[in-house]
Amino acid sequence: MSNKEKHWQKTKGHMILTLCLWAFFSMVIFLFGYEINGMSFLGYPLAYYMTAQGSLLAFVIIIFWFANKQEKIDEEFGFGEKED
Amino acid sequence: MFKGGFIQNLPKIYGLYTGGFLVFILMMAIAEQAGVTAKTIGILFVAFTVAIYALIGYLSRTVQVDAYYLAGRQVPTVFNGMATAADWMSGASFVALAGGVYFGGYSYMAFLVGWTGGYVLVSTLLAPYLRKFGCYTVPDFIGTRYGGNGVRFCAVLVLVLASFTYVTAQINATGTIAARALGIPFEAGVWVGLVSILLCSMLGGMRAVTWTQVAQYIVLIVAYLIPVFWISNKIGAGVFPHLMLGDEVSRITELESQFGLVKNSAADVKAAGVPGGLKSIAVAHAGVGAGGMAVWKYISLAICMMVGTASLPHILMRYFTTPSVKSARKSVAWSLFFIFLLYSSAPMLATLSKISLMDPNLPTGIIGKSIADVQSIEWVKQWSSQKQVFIADFNGDGILQLNEWFMRTGVVVLATPEVAGLPYVISGLVAAGGMAAAMSTADGLVLAISNALSHDVYYNMIDPKADVRKRLIVARVLLIVVGAAGAYIASMRITSILGAVAWAFDFAMSGLFFPLVLGVWWKRATREGAIAGMLSGLAAGTAYLIYVYPKFMGNPAWLGIDHLRFGLIGAPVCLVVMVVVSLLTKAPDAATQRMVDEVRVPSGKAILGRAH
Repeated sequence: MSNKEKHWQKTKGHMILTLCLWAFFSMVIFLFGYEINGMSFLGYPLAYYMTAQGSLLAFVIIIFWFANKQEKIDEEFGFGEKED
Repeated sequence: MFKGGFIQNLPKIYGLYTGGFLVFILMMAIAEQAGVTAKTIGILFVAFTVAIYALIGYLSRTVQVDAYYLAGRQVPTVFNGMATAADWMSGASFVALAGGVYFGGYSYMAFLVGWTGGYVLVSTLLAPYLRKFGCYTVPDFIGTRYGGNGVRFCAVLVLVLASFTYVTAQINATGTIAARALGIPFEAGVWVGLVSILLCSMLGGMRAVTWTQVAQYIVLIVAYLIPVFWISNKIGAGVFPHLMLGDEVSRITELESQFGLVKNSAADVKAAGVPGGLKSIAVAHAGVGAGGMAVWKYISLAICMMVGTASLPHILMRYFTTPSVKSARKSVAWSLFFIFLLYSSAPMLATLSKISLMDPNLPTGIIGKSIADVQSIEWVKQWSSQKQVFIADFNGDGILQLNEWFMRTGVVVLATPEVAGLPYVISGLVAAGGMAAAMSTADGLVLAISNALSHDVYYNMIDPKADVRKRLIVARVLLIVVGAAGAYIASMRITSILGAVAWAFDFAMSGLFFPLVLGVWWKRATREGAIAGMLSGLAAGTAYLIYVYPKFMGNPAWLGIDHLRFGLIGAPVCLVVMVVVSLLTKAPDAATQRMVDEVRVPSGKAILGRAH
């Protein structure tokens, strides 16, 4: 496998992992919205909290993490960008 | 004090600008104390901010193609994040979002998750690759990746349909706000709004829009956060509302059961003469509906908004302006951070607004009081005269019940400062913020449409030999034409703000999501597949919209897929048709395959040059 192919393999893997996290915070927890709303976080009902704030915050963190990790993958295979 | 170029000095420039804006707010507050009327303050707020944007637009004028289309590809990561956030947060987000949460509760908040979660898709699947490609517009990518004017034209078609649906709603919002702040009729307000929008974009294209959007973001976020924090502290709910409103949320739930959540029958509402568009609270604030259908309704709406987000051209094109691929990726993260600041505040504002009105222990509470008393409150009088709030004494007991109090959704943002007894200067600030939000989005959209028409249709299809001067003249003429068409339709008041906004997402996801994603992620995707996918996805989605929308055919929704979710029909059709047709046609040639390989690595030159 060429360097490019290896890079793309790893990039794909990273993408899939990121989208799994995304699916968890955007869909999976809301499958159980009714069930988890009895629990409480910071005094808010949990499902209310997640849709009002929690999932939104999770997305912000996920994208920062994704971008940093992807940069490392690019550098590992020598595809990092020099200029900044 | 300014050494070095414009880009190096950005933090200083916008720091000064923010300081200047805060000083302006203070001056207005002093003017209010000195007896200047509320109306004058409102006019000053809107006029002053719009004049600043126009000045920035003028200073950013350009005669270069890459500056006009791509802001010279030198917008730093964080600033591009702010510009995208302003581009993204529309007049509807600013004015109607908190109101939507106020009336719609948990199920409405699927919009919050949808309009933020989509950015994960943007950053993982699209933004960095489109940046590497180096295209000017979204159809530019489709046209080059799949090759040919036919496929390019299909992409333009989807872009125009989605963006135009959206832009009329935005011009509508600028019109509403300008009309209110300046005291002119709505129809005139729409044209004032249009002129303001064109002032920001016409001379400098993407470069001007970028720098005005950053300025608009600062105004809109200040205007949104100040009231939220102020009200929260004023009613003793907590210093930092986002972390501290748990008690208020449970208090609202308590009050809801005390007053009773009653859904008024349509006949009662009509008989009482409630003006159209006004609603009463009938949905629990923090309760979650039980059952599979409630879950599906929530998740399906979130999916439509997320996938739609990742297909909207006016957002994607913002990431073409960063200096590098990695800065495009980071920039998505910053965009979402800046969006998060406002979106996470909307439910807090809804909570504060609701508790202010509902809690009899607060001086602002009106539910459970005598109707005669409530009607003599100053803000109630004023907003009733504009048909924004309404009282209908259904049971005739002279006491205001929860289901007898009607409000328009926008009132939650626009009137809450007055309700909570904040000085008028805050209401003027909120009007300026709403104007900034609507203008920035309208600018991005009008530019996305006119750039696609000028670059893809005019330059690539009609006159590829046109020189730079001619191209930029055409681009500007189209900008005016598109804006005027949007303003004309907005002045006819066809659809309510949010219906149309959700449609734009569904149109975009039906026609563009899979052709864009597969263009990067699936080398086997062919031109024929892309054309067939775009057209069939768009046709299926539109047909279903006509089938299900109450004002068209009004058939019952299939599996709960109503007119807000018709992308769930269009996008899968697009995917299946695109894959099948691609596999039936000849694989793309070696040059195209190499191009896709090149797009997948960040280093090296962009596929399309700076000037093309």
